[in-house]
Amino acid sequence: MAKVFIYPATSLILSDLVARFGHTPLSAAIQIRERIQTPGLDSPPLQITPEEPKKGLKYAAVEVPSGVRGRMSLYGPMIEEAEAAIIINDADYAFGCMGCARTNELIKFLVRSSDIPVLDLNYPKNEEEGEEFVAAIHAFLKRLEESR
Amino acid sequence: MTKVRVAQLSCGPEYSGVQKEIDEAAAAVDAEIFYPDINLADIRRGSNEFGLDVRSADLKLAIARGKALVEGRVEADAVFIATCFRCAEAAIVRNELRRYIHENSRLPVVSYSFTERTTAGTLLTRMEALTTIARRRALLAREVQEGTTLGVDSGSSTTKAVVMIDNEIAGTGWLPTTAVMKSAQDVIARALDEAGVKMADVEAIGTTGYGRFLVGKEIKADLIQEELTVNSKGAVYLADTQHGPSTVIDIGGMDNKAISVQDGIPGSFTMGGICAGASGRFLEMTAKRLGVDITELGPLAMKGTSGNVPMNSYCIVFGTQSLVNALAAGSTPEDVAAAACHSVAEQVFEQQLQEVDIKEPVIMVGGTSLIQGLVRAMGDLLQSTVVVPHHSQYIGAVGSALLASGFIKGE
Repeated sequence: MAKVFIYPATSLILSDLVARFGHTPLSAAIQIRERIQTPGLDSPPLQITPEEPKKGLKYAAVEVPSGVRGRMSLYGPMIEEAEAAIIINDADYAFGCMGCARTNELIKFLVRSSDIPVLDLNYPKNEEEGEEFVAAIHAFLKRLEESR
Repeated sequence: MTKVRVAQLSCGPEYSGVQKEIDEAAAAVDAEIFYPDINLADIRRGSNEFGLDVRSADLKLAIARGKALVEGRVEADAVFIATCFRCAEAAIVRNELRRYIHENSRLPVVSYSFTERTTAGTLLTRMEALTTIARRRALLAREVQEGTTLGVDSGSSTTKAVVMIDNEIAGTGWLPTTAVMKSAQDVIARALDEAGVKMADVEAIGTTGYGRFLVGKEIKADLIQEELTVNSKGAVYLADTQHGPSTVIDIGGMDNKAISVQDGIPGSFTMGGICAGASGRFLEMTAKRLGVDITELGPLAMKGTSGNVPMNSYCIVFGTQSLVNALAAGSTPEDVAAAACHSVAEQVFEQQLQEVDIKEPVIMVGGTSLIQGLVRAMGDLLQSTVVVPHHSQYIGAVGSALLASGFIKGE
């Protein structure tokens, strides 16, 4: 069983897939809803305090916006803990999304530059791509299982 | 009193840990923050129609919410736009969204860029102004002062009082602020004395400025109102530009205000207050260093050329150091005074005036508007003639006295 960081971290589908293969998904416990009644798309369930952006200084310097640093205080430790990762690029919002593009760039960079197996996929645009997409994730998770 | 509903269009306040501060600032002025309810399809459509192709999903959400407000699909009394400080993408959205809402709706709008250090106290005056515009449109529409009224502006540097009688300024009082109440009482006594009336003759009282709550409570003011709306009103009243657009600039002792005004009511505004180098304090320090009274700094600067003095920093400490170095290198006091004025004007131009739409006439008010060198520097930067109305240093007190007269007949 491996700890697998997923991007977008809010993707319940991806989180569920990882769990089904017996791995531990490292993700945000946030669901993207069809109707948005919160300040952001991926509003955190817990009240974040001004301390979080300060903790985020470990991942991004002070000239980086506070929202990026606040997010990194949550996702940075997950990336450090991860033994594998799946990145889905340009996903549909309903699949899972994260509100800040700058954080997304930093998260993907940190994941890609870490020494762990990474599956980097584009979100499918049609049924055929969809099948290949699911198959690629299955194969990656299976390989992870076998390698352990 | 019904709560004013302020729509929040934002990116990053929760992860910056400041959402609680925004909520607290709104609650303090009896307003409530809400997040316009839209669905995922609206985000894609709204963002595409707006035409600004940004990457951050929360900025797309803010744009879609802004469109929903303008198109009347969501109702609000005011709009608060907030994004992270130092995010270029967010700065573009913040500015364009503010302009779009300002031009296409009657909703008062304020934009703000926050850090994790932003507190409810910082946001309070902005939030208060938003709710004042939403709640007191009828009062803000008042164009004529009636009866005998008193206005007090308890500012961070100076305290001012004005007695107005039947649309004329009858008495004024001005003192540096020391103990807030003592300063207020002294300027009130001076204004009453000059007007030849007693406190018992005053039919209504208004207070504004940093000490408005304390002074207002003590002297039983009918109107206690923040300086953004009061100064706007006072500015267009004294400049006789109550109808149509105008821009009000007030460089204060502790903060700066730039306000886009339409028919005497602020439409969008910005308030800066972090850097002393962009405030009247810098000019006070320069005057002190040059060994002249602050009232002499303006005429001195008018005789100088700012470009002759290299300024290496906008900072009040290092900027002053540049001035001292220039004096030591043989620069004239006139050039140094002009450089200080240019430095303050340039900072306000770069940091505040980019966040409001500059529409003529541009009216400068507050004590610093009496420093001609500063007014000239601002005019040069804006490439516009800046209007300084009579009694411009009493702007808050005049605005308060004018608006307070609405309480005589219970408006």
